[in-house]
Amino acid sequence: MNWTAITAIYKYEMARFFRTLTQSFISPVISTSLYFVVFGAAIGSRIEQVEGVSYGAFIVPGLIMLSIMTQGISNASFGIYFPKFIGTIYELLSAPVNFIEIVIGYVGAAATKSLFIGVVILATAGFFVDLEIQHPIAMIAFMVLTCTSFALFGFIIGIWAKNFEQLQLVPLLIVTPLVFLGGSFYSISMLPPFWQTVTLFNPVVYLISGFRWAFFGLADVPVGLSLVAIAGFTAVCLVAIWWIFKSGWRIRS
Amino acid sequence: MSILEIEDLKKVYEGGFEALKGVSLEIEEGEILALLGPNGAGKTTLISTICGITTSTSGDVHVGGFNIKDDYRAARSLIGLVPQEINLEPFETVWNTVRFSRGLFGKKRNDAYLETVLQKLSLWDKKDSRIMELSGGMKRRVLIAKALSHEPRVLFLDEPTAGVDVALRKDMWDTVAELKRDGVTIILTTHYIEEAEAIADRVGVINKGELLLLEEKASLMQRLGKKQMKVELQDAIQSLPESLSAYDLALEEGGSVLTYSYDTRSERTGITTLLSDLSAAGLVLKDLQTAQSSLEDIFVGLVEEGQS
Ligand SMILES: Nc1ncnc2c1ncn2[C@@H]1O[C@H](COP(=O)(O)OP(=O)(O)O)[C@@H](O)[C@H]1O
Ligand SMILES: [Mg+2]
Repeated sequence: MNWTAITAIYKYEMARFFRTLTQSFISPVISTSLYFVVFGAAIGSRIEQVEGVSYGAFIVPGLIMLSIMTQGISNASFGIYFPKFIGTIYELLSAPVNFIEIVIGYVGAAATKSLFIGVVILATAGFFVDLEIQHPIAMIAFMVLTCTSFALFGFIIGIWAKNFEQLQLVPLLIVTPLVFLGGSFYSISMLPPFWQTVTLFNPVVYLISGFRWAFFGLADVPVGLSLVAIAGFTAVCLVAIWWIFKSGWRIRS
Repeated sequence: MSILEIEDLKKVYEGGFEALKGVSLEIEEGEILALLGPNGAGKTTLISTICGITTSTSGDVHVGGFNIKDDYRAARSLIGLVPQEINLEPFETVWNTVRFSRGLFGKKRNDAYLETVLQKLSLWDKKDSRIMELSGGMKRRVLIAKALSHEPRVLFLDEPTAGVDVALRKDMWDTVAELKRDGVTIILTTHYIEEAEAIADRVGVINKGELLLLEEKASLMQRLGKKQMKVELQDAIQSLPESLSAYDLALEEGGSVLTYSYDTRSERTGITTLLSDLSAAGLVLKDLQTAQSSLEDIFVGLVEEGQS
């Protein structure tokens, strides 16, 4: 392992993030506050409790998941797309590094950034509602795994994308709908039976459910299934990335 | 052992285009090799294949004895690449960019070394500037600094002076000469003949994916040293007078032009005696012109041979 190279990539990517730290910090704070105003105050006044948890607190895990999934994807996809776009990828390809090192550097940085945003949202939410976290270690584990797996997924999108439109396409058309329909703001049990079944085909449901369990001990699906889902998703992404580098797909001509 | 050994390297791009048709080449440590060829000749493809940016279809490359596929880490550590396009991150500072390159190549942080590199390239006072604030010539030097940041033994410069004005081109040549003094082996591509002439030890001519010629510049210059003088005669003649048979003369254009080839490097060109012998033979001169056969002529000749 060329740890010097991994560190170099990681630090370089993080430096970009820290240059815009205020922006990186303020936007999740504002959007979280808005969610609380809109969902918490408007809807929360009608739905007081979901399965014994106040609605305001209930949406916190979903809110965090929503952000770290979309941030993980956009950070990682942009992180690797940008060198392709401006041509600096030549340096990565000519460096004495292998694909594992490149992935650790870029995906690690992207995951760190989304983790940071997740923590900021959690802290902001703490100002609006009382939060108890029943399984803190599981909570951290779910958060880290989600950040990592979605950063891996974003990395694939960044390599696949040939232009900025494509870069936005997958997050916009697939991920955002899946996350919104994945029970971020409601419990599956609130849906009619038919839609409950349909929802179970949405992989994001398993992640949000597991994460919510870590907070409140309530889950739409068994926690074990949630873990299998996220491990499976990570594995699929890893295999895809391994194949991409092995075949040189959209990287080496 | 040669620092760079290329054996029968072939590259067929997806879609079937054959960009390298079996190139073999050996480069000795410390020399400057200029690869001369028109646009589309395959110069960038050759460099990209050696550096790992594109994959070869067949053939072998060793850098410092290391195979670029089996021992890619060792091989690539020895190589610095200055690409043809100015590929730089505009918002980054010079210093961060250069430090990143060193780290990426697995070298321990060494700010003192990076300072000497930037000093040498006259970039030290720009180290905290963002790339987008720099002029074109400076950006090109940042690319060189990045390539040198990890102390390579072989440096590839892909068309370092394409689209660069004359003064900057001279600066670049000075930089290359200095790098050579530091012991770096340099392979540069160009489509400017003067450039190859000015800085190379050896010159390779490449066209349509084939290496047409590889020669010491000095011996190439011997050939180039040939000059021609065309003498236009008042009246055409049928054959050369006996008294002029000692000269290397050719009768052209129906006997109205005499072409004399001579070596500018020899002590005597023979022009003075030729002119007096011409008037002694009773030939009247109408006009006179001289032309140097340049590397360009040789090059055009080779390319035409390659095409026919
Ligand atoms: N990625 C690619 N796919 C297909 N053909 C390519 C690719 N890159 C270069 N070529 C072709 O290979 C030939 C050599 O290109 P290149 O190596 O860039 O030439 P040079 O650097 O000498 O100008 C050109 O005809 C070019 O069109
Ligand atoms: Mg080129």
